Amino acid sequence: MLAFKLAYKNLVGAGLRTWLNVFVLSLALVIIVMTWGIVEGWNVQAKHDMKEWAVGGGEYWNEKYDQYDPLSLNDGHGSIPPEIAKLCSSGEAVPVLITQATAYPGGRMRNILLNGIDPSQQIVKMPTSVMNGDTSVINAIIGTRMAKATKLSVNDMVSIRWRDAKGTFDATEIRIAGIFHSNVPNIDINQIWLPLDELQKMTSMKGQATYIILKQGMTSAPTVPGWIHKGYDVLFEEFDRVIKAKHASSSVVFLILLSLALLAVFDTQVLSIFRREKEIGTYIALGMTRWQVVWLFTVEGAMHAVLSVVAGAIWGTPLLYLLSKNGFAMPKGSEGYGFTLAEKIFPVYGAGTIIITAVVIMLATTIVSFIPSRKIARMKPTDALRGKAQ
Amino acid sequence: MENSEIISVHDLTKRFPMGLSEFTALRGINLEFSRGEFSGVVGPSGSGKTTLLNIIGLLDNPTDGDAIILGNPSRSLSVREAAMIRRKHMGFIFQTYNLLPVYTVFENVEFPLLLLSMSTGERKKAVLEALAWVGLSDKEKSKPAQLSGGECQRVAIARAMVKRPDIVLADEPTANLDADNSHHILQTMEKLNKELHTTFIFATHDEKVISYLRRKITLVDGKVSHDEVLKP
Repeated sequence: MLAFKLAYKNLVGAGLRTWLNVFVLSLALVIIVMTWGIVEGWNVQAKHDMKEWAVGGGEYWNEKYDQYDPLSLNDGHGSIPPEIAKLCSSGEAVPVLITQATAYPGGRMRNILLNGIDPSQQIVKMPTSVMNGDTSVINAIIGTRMAKATKLSVNDMVSIRWRDAKGTFDATEIRIAGIFHSNVPNIDINQIWLPLDELQKMTSMKGQATYIILKQGMTSAPTVPGWIHKGYDVLFEEFDRVIKAKHASSSVVFLILLSLALLAVFDTQVLSIFRREKEIGTYIALGMTRWQVVWLFTVEGAMHAVLSVVAGAIWGTPLLYLLSKNGFAMPKGSEGYGFTLAEKIFPVYGAGTIIITAVVIMLATTIVSFIPSRKIARMKPTDALRGKAQ
Repeated sequence: MENSEIISVHDLTKRFPMGLSEFTALRGINLEFSRGEFSGVVGPSGSGKTTLLNIIGLLDNPTDGDAIILGNPSRSLSVREAAMIRRKHMGFIFQTYNLLPVYTVFENVEFPLLLLSMSTGERKKAVLEALAWVGLSDKEKSKPAQLSGGECQRVAIARAMVKRPDIVLADEPTANLDADNSHHILQTMEKLNKELHTTFIFATHDEKVISYLRRKITLVDGKVSHDEVLKP
């Protein structure tokens, strides 16, 4: 307790030197918490958007379908089983049929996926109801990324060509009935959404689907032969890998910032021991053991971290709060990155992240303070008193 | 009280390495100090005064011989045990005061008591009493930088005396002070020596200090050349 009291007095007495170190450490703390908060905010927002726009409360995949294997599309479909059909008719699920196709926007060829979905569905946020319009043509919707890439606008007609279930090529024109904006690129890039019954007719796959999207909040998923239930662990697997990589790159920022701040503390400690030799000798003459003095200097160094947590809380809390309220704008063009990313990310700060960051900073500062302080243990008190120990 | 021996030094030799050779600072010193003495080790620079004080103060170890401090042979003491003896039984006064710059006068004087884990109330009483001894009751909130040299040395005396130690070791306490301040300081120490029966040992070559001593030990080239009682 004595060491803490003395260390506090010495630190505060050191004035500007202390406050500069405290500021640098608190800057590291706040930036680290902010960086992790942004990644976590992205994680939360992206998963929320993916549930809203694409995966609902989970999916059933046809046993031959694999989202990551385009070749599985040929065989990865089947008749909707009665158990799932019941869920679909009660509004708790919606079937989706996928087939590979080619679109010819502006006379150019583009490989795309045609997705058939019930226009009256309420499971995902896509504005499928606009496909219920003019019945003389096939109405389709596309995302903004697809619209930008193909230069298609609402009411534009575009030719598409596909193979039916027997492998026969067929072609038609479809009308772009709506363009939706979503943060989820999987349902947008190279995707065209049509009414399910139209696609089933076009592909001669009446009553068939590739996968089924379940309503959010469904607590149980019955076992259905030929169909495999996919939970969030599978559906978010790829995105989780992106987040993991982001966490790793954030850790590099964390390390660089922390190293810079610790270098300042280390430098201060070395300088402090050099400048305060007489004081060290006086402590020993007054009856402190050398290790008590080492401990005092270590606590002094470590207290930079304690003060930095307080300082970080004082100036960082309003800043982080404002960021979490107003969001952190992503650079223009980030929607083309290919992963779910909102235009603005609202950082999410977990108590765990803040506590762990603060503890890591405190531990690292203590270690960095202890290393030069050990030198005191080897000092001769008589030399220290004369200021000639080094 | 005056005659009980609290320090005895036997065949004390101290050598320091100097490049490839050695410098002998003390050569076979034999001395005894009794409780309540007001004595000084005098001699020219390099005669070994400070080295002798450092060994008596358990801040340094002899090369040969031994110093028995309050019944404890210095050579057999661990670093921790030596620190404990300094903490409880010794006070130091330095030429350059060695006050802790970030602490107030009160806190500087309080410091030795903090190490003794005294209660807040006891500490406050003892510190105010010590400041009254040296006439600095009105400066308790000042920082050392706001004091004159004489005032700083009086704070150092208060710090050395606040725990009522058995021994006070003063190394050239007046070297940085003018004549008036030197006399004031010496009168203060003389008064405390008489009132509290604290043993004072000075290392000095200042005639003003010598004029106050009751015993003068003269060192020349690390040897005791004279040991004389100046005042009974």
